[in-house]
Amino acid sequence: MSRYFTDEHEWIEVDGDTATVGITDYAQEQLGDVVFVEVPEADKQVGKGDDAAVVESVKAASDVYAPVSGSVTEGNAALADDPALVNSDPEGAGWFFRLTLSDPSELEGLMDEAAYKEFLATL
Amino acid sequence: MSDQSAEKTLPLNDWHQAKGARMVPFAGYSMPIQYEGIMAEHQWTRNNAGLFDVSHMGQLQLVGEGAAESLERIVPGDISALKPGKMRYSLLLAEDGGILDDMMITNTGRHLYIVVNGAVKHQDITYMRSQLPQTIDLVHLEGQALLALQGPKAAEAFARLSIVGLEPGWPGPDDLYFMDAAPCLWGEVPLGVSRSGYTGEDGFEISVPAEHVVALADALCEQPEVKPIGLGARDSLRLEAGLPLYGHDLDPKTDPVQGNLAFAISKVRRAEGGFHGADRILAALENGADKKRVGFAVEGRMPVREGAPIFAGDAEVGVITSGGFAPTIGAPIAMGFVAADHAALDSRLEAEVRGKRVPIAVSKMPFVPNGYRRKGKS
Repeated sequence: MSRYFTDEHEWIEVDGDTATVGITDYAQEQLGDVVFVEVPEADKQVGKGDDAAVVESVKAASDVYAPVSGSVTEGNAALADDPALVNSDPEGAGWFFRLTLSDPSELEGLMDEAAYKEFLATL
Repeated sequence: MSDQSAEKTLPLNDWHQAKGARMVPFAGYSMPIQYEGIMAEHQWTRNNAGLFDVSHMGQLQLVGEGAAESLERIVPGDISALKPGKMRYSLLLAEDGGILDDMMITNTGRHLYIVVNGAVKHQDITYMRSQLPQTIDLVHLEGQALLALQGPKAAEAFARLSIVGLEPGWPGPDDLYFMDAAPCLWGEVPLGVSRSGYTGEDGFEISVPAEHVVALADALCEQPEVKPIGLGARDSLRLEAGLPLYGHDLDPKTDPVQGNLAFAISKVRRAEGGFHGADRILAALENGADKKRVGFAVEGRMPVREGAPIFAGDAEVGVITSGGFAPTIGAPIAMGFVAADHAALDSRLEAEVRGKRVPIAVSKMPFVPNGYRRKGKS
């Protein structure tokens, strides 16, 4: 398994041709208290960069983009009852959705953890 | 992070940053949006006391014979009857009766002291200057900072600062009830103290010379009940309190009756008129407004925010003007305008969010009971 990051602060954990997507600890910190998450439904087709989910903090709604193209297999149902999981465990239990990759070559443009850390240092 | 160099800074700017605030551009200034988090700051204010820096707001002084009568042409409140030490919520009216701003007007005994919204203060001043006779001086008190201490423990914490009335026998902070004001002294420092705020809680707004505001903010935050609170929680608190935010819930296209602010039109002014838009406003008082600002309870957990259209079946009947998650209630709430025939309490409607319909119902406001210290109550 390997984990990639986008410059929009999503993470994607890839295992074969399936992947789990969420937002990074930096992103949840910027958003503040998360009060609602809208995740995509199974079988939804998303293209790289498409709006795939919405995360709402007390203050505002923000889009979450699909880091790669694919077919959604499930949204994280736990977020419906406990959206604060995004704050407490953003890169674990607070994941947003899973998908089946339709074009694994898209991963090549993403950052690894070291590159993402360097990117954060520039912000 | 965004470049904030174009934003002006206020006297507490460095103080906020030292306290770990996240600063954002607001009303032309760099302002603290939050410190530890909106939810925690909101709850702290509801249970203890929050210190808000509202120095971006405009503090004005109106001096001269007949100032109150002159002001009554452009506001619908009974300002000439305002006794020394009393304050009133009022509205700055365009010639057609549209709302240009909302404001707090205080009779200090020596002059009128007015607090207006930061985002429109310069246009307010230009407009007021154009409407008032030259014999009335309108002074922008740019050397004054403004703090708000809000919450059920605000009075307890404030009392420890040993602030007294400006002169012996004059009221001190503890003598004030909701919508009273008094000139006070903190040591040698003159303060304008009013028992008012924008959170629905008991508390004070404190006008202080800018050179003393850091010391006062430090003295307040040394009290165990007091933490600094950002503008994010100020917005969620005022929404729970059912209070409108100018530029969102009120604008020049809206008159006071539509804005559900008929209480700001004093009885004598209703009888006599003589203010901008009186024909339109008095007719709306008599016959009812075509649309009305109301509060909404929102079903489910998904917040409904500003700009969301409101539907009754297929018909679009209104728009959300403020909305978000209410930390005290643990659910989303909103405020908006609907056509008068849908404005009754408990009317069931739908708001459209990202193409989905969310059930909403007209709710009474405030959403959270207020904690004002009124005379006759302990």
